[in-house]
Amino acid sequence: MILAQAFNAPDVDYAGLSPIIALTVGLVVVLLVGLAGRAQRALVSAASFIAYGAAAGLSIWQFGEEADLVSGALRLDELGLVATLISILCAVFVIPLSWREESADRAPGPGGHGEFQALLMASVLGMALLAMAQNLVIFFVGLELLSVPLYVLCGSALRRRVSLESGLKYLIVGSLGSATLLYGLAFIYGGSGSTDFTGIREGIGAGLADDPLILIGVALTATGLAFKLSIAPFHQWTPDVYQGAPTPVTAFMAVATKAAAFAVFARFFEVALGPAVGDWQPALAALAAVSIIVGNVGALTQSSLKRLLGYSGIAQAGYMLAGIVAANEAGIEALFFYLSAYAFMNLAAFAVITIRERETGFGDDIRSIQGLGRERPILAWPLTIAMLALAGLPGTAGFIGKLYLIEASVAGDFTWLGVMIAVGTMISLAYYLRVIAAMWMRPAYLSDPTPEAHNRVLPAMAGGSGELGGTPGVRCRVILGFTLVAAFATVFFGVIPSPLVDFVSGTGESITASFG
Amino acid sequence: MLIAILCVPIGVAIISAFLPSRLVAPVSVLGSLVTLGLTVALIAGFDPGVPGLQNVVDEAWIPGLGVRFQLGIDGISLFLVAMTALLWAASFAWSAWRMPDRPKNYFLMLGIGEFAVMGAFLAQDLLLFVLFFDLMLVPFFFLVGSYGTGDRIKATIKMMVYTLVGSLLMLVAAIATAILTSETTGELSFALSDLRANVLPEGSQDWIFWFFAAAFLVKMPSFPLHGWMPDAYRSCPLPVLALLSGVLPKVAAYGFLRVVLPIFPDATIQFQELVLVLGLVSILYGSAMAFAQTNVRLIAGYSSIAQLGFITLGVFSLSSDGANGAVLQMVNHGLVVAPVFLIIAVLAERYGTEDLREMGGAATRAPVLAVLFLIVTMATLAMPGSANFIGEFYILNGLFDEKTAYAVIAMAGVAMAAFYALRLYQKTMHNRLPAGVESREMSLRDASVLVPLVLVIIGTALYPTLILKRGEASVQDKVGAVTAAEEPEGGLAAKP
Repeated sequence: MILAQAFNAPDVDYAGLSPIIALTVGLVVVLLVGLAGRAQRALVSAASFIAYGAAAGLSIWQFGEEADLVSGALRLDELGLVATLISILCAVFVIPLSWREESADRAPGPGGHGEFQALLMASVLGMALLAMAQNLVIFFVGLELLSVPLYVLCGSALRRRVSLESGLKYLIVGSLGSATLLYGLAFIYGGSGSTDFTGIREGIGAGLADDPLILIGVALTATGLAFKLSIAPFHQWTPDVYQGAPTPVTAFMAVATKAAAFAVFARFFEVALGPAVGDWQPALAALAAVSIIVGNVGALTQSSLKRLLGYSGIAQAGYMLAGIVAANEAGIEALFFYLSAYAFMNLAAFAVITIRERETGFGDDIRSIQGLGRERPILAWPLTIAMLALAGLPGTAGFIGKLYLIEASVAGDFTWLGVMIAVGTMISLAYYLRVIAAMWMRPAYLSDPTPEAHNRVLPAMAGGSGELGGTPGVRCRVILGFTLVAAFATVFFGVIPSPLVDFVSGTGESITASFG
Repeated sequence: MLIAILCVPIGVAIISAFLPSRLVAPVSVLGSLVTLGLTVALIAGFDPGVPGLQNVVDEAWIPGLGVRFQLGIDGISLFLVAMTALLWAASFAWSAWRMPDRPKNYFLMLGIGEFAVMGAFLAQDLLLFVLFFDLMLVPFFFLVGSYGTGDRIKATIKMMVYTLVGSLLMLVAAIATAILTSETTGELSFALSDLRANVLPEGSQDWIFWFFAAAFLVKMPSFPLHGWMPDAYRSCPLPVLALLSGVLPKVAAYGFLRVVLPIFPDATIQFQELVLVLGLVSILYGSAMAFAQTNVRLIAGYSSIAQLGFITLGVFSLSSDGANGAVLQMVNHGLVVAPVFLIIAVLAERYGTEDLREMGGAATRAPVLAVLFLIVTMATLAMPGSANFIGEFYILNGLFDEKTAYAVIAMAGVAMAAFYALRLYQKTMHNRLPAGVESREMSLRDASVLVPLVLVIIGTALYPTLILKRGEASVQDKVGAVTAAEEPEGGLAAKP
């Protein structure tokens, strides 16, 4: 039987794999186009847009399909496709952000833009694989493919010390996370005798506590994933890496990584470990609660906007984890609704930070946006909307997302977690409002900016060019356009949420369908 | 109709954000007058005999979450909506005469504020109510923070955090109510009518009741939760303060009547005494503090705490007289306190200070202003003949039957109101003028705002039945929900 299969040409579902194929081809093309020399930025951007467009189009084409691909290693369903689409959205957004960015524009080699975009696309490819993974091997491969390009991208602003530090830190901590995860996966394989999620589901039976092998495996896997998702207490790397990395990379990392990692998180826990739901629910609920508290309290005293958003991301990851804890279809839908909304608001915020980084000499310090409301309301509004949405105030998609999550946790008998989300939101107001207050209620910060530590130039020997990271006075029209669209979407989906609700409505069923 | 009332303020606000700065103020004022006109038409077309909702709007909004876009009006919200439109028009006009800095933002925020308050009064879906209730804060955050005086940023953040602590817990409570109800009905719905038809078991009502009560008591503000009030009142620009004090607390009191009483009747009965005590303490504390303050804004602010205490007593007397009086008093207090703040604005401009000790003698050359202020003062202290007198009378009457002791103590509050209201009037209007200040009549512009407001006060004093008659049926319906829940137990206890 096995022999007979081996001799038949394997049946490949090219339609189902098409988004992944599009990204893979695009990755190669972008890398090559990057060598074009003078017009590389335009060519690379065009090629990336086309590749992402194709991948997104093919994903939408496959929307609603459900199938096991590559002998069950990948699962094509709405859960995976929604996560992939969110990642692609973030990547597309990052293309204009990376223009004029030191890591792409002034890279030492000839193909700065090509390398930057190709690495980014490799990461997106990893995310797509991860979101569809239904097998421990693909799970790990996807996760590494997602992470390795990000390690490089974080350190890609070669002339800034903090960027290098950020890359190195992320590499070390990330590898530790990956190793922990891999170790855990090995235990799970040892305990259940299968690498397929559905196989594990059958192998573990109803209780995790009965089998120490599996229990250790699950704990280590959850830890590894928590590292990637920056869920407390595995979050310590987040603020440093977020702050040090080039802002476009941070923007990408903050949202897209979460989308893909949460997709596999949901799939792993609810498909593979579905029968043992009672055992892991309390543990994850505790992680979520800790994350909400640590993230929100940590953000209170930050003056760097990127650090602030880093801590806020920790808290937001806690909110989203509640969707998995609820362990019902509504929870998964809530998670992906929140992720979609989160993508819009976070991207708007990071885009404004990027613009201000280039216009002023303050970097991402909160002083860079002081008095923005009076000076440039068109920039202040998107950031205001993003902050209000992150704080979950009504009229924004953030409110509907929180509503969705709280509703799911209450329905899943985790009312106290719903209360935790509310409590976390209260704490968070203090720092989100501080940002808004800085923009609208304080005068612009006038005194001459002193070169901040992260802008300090390395000596020419180390490749330094003698310029600061940003070029003050630069206007970024395209980014502004993208920012306004993201801010508009944040408000739009807060007032008319049905399109986004419909978009994620199939994700909950994907879980039940894959073992049903 | 209701859609128009909701859409005109926000529509005008958004449109005027794209107009040239010169046109912003007139267009905004015009928009607020149109809204006011619509509410007058609404009153004219209202059928007083019907206890239920009228002009109902019911559209799907987020089907997956059981949230519907459901609006409606009844005798309780009718005049609150009208009062909101009136005070907002006054505030718009007052602000337009004194063109604020960055007018586009200012009027945009005022418009969003009107939209949110109207929405909260009209919403018939619990979640929609919570949404509008939370949304109310956002424009006031910007208005206080950007246009306030003193330590405005600290004050505005304090206000936000205080009030949102309550509101967010309310969000959880609202969701829990709907989910728990759906476990018996099998269908997730936030519609107030559905929730009322299937009230929760008593055990879960208790904590949910307090989550709601916390939100409302902070907003009012009631006695132990009023910490945000002094700072916010000190910093808030006066035309905005007229709204912050005149309208926003009413949304909270209204919330008790609209949401808490019908949906959590058992918990309401259980905690009636406790809330009554809070109301009573608010009256005494507010009155005493109002008497001790020298900042004129805070005198009016603490007097609001006392007045809201009366309204709480009325609502939680759980008698239709008391609740009826509370509804009347909500409208009255809004109508009275707004002109007080506007008059304070006139006086503050004249004296260059808001300290009562440095004021005096304003009446000497300003008879019209003095008369207007006197009428407002008389209404504040509930002189017989004013609508406030009737409101307080109804409240105390409703309280007397069941809770005599509370009514007796609350009477003291009525007497204390006379003290602080007259003190405010005398010290500003009579006595000697401080050196270097001239007594002047108020400008025609200010009169154009104040005179209509005072006329409305006189109107309600002459014809309070207009409000009482329309409110009666709806109030009885809400209070009846509680008394119906009480009867089975009360009946058993009373028999032996």
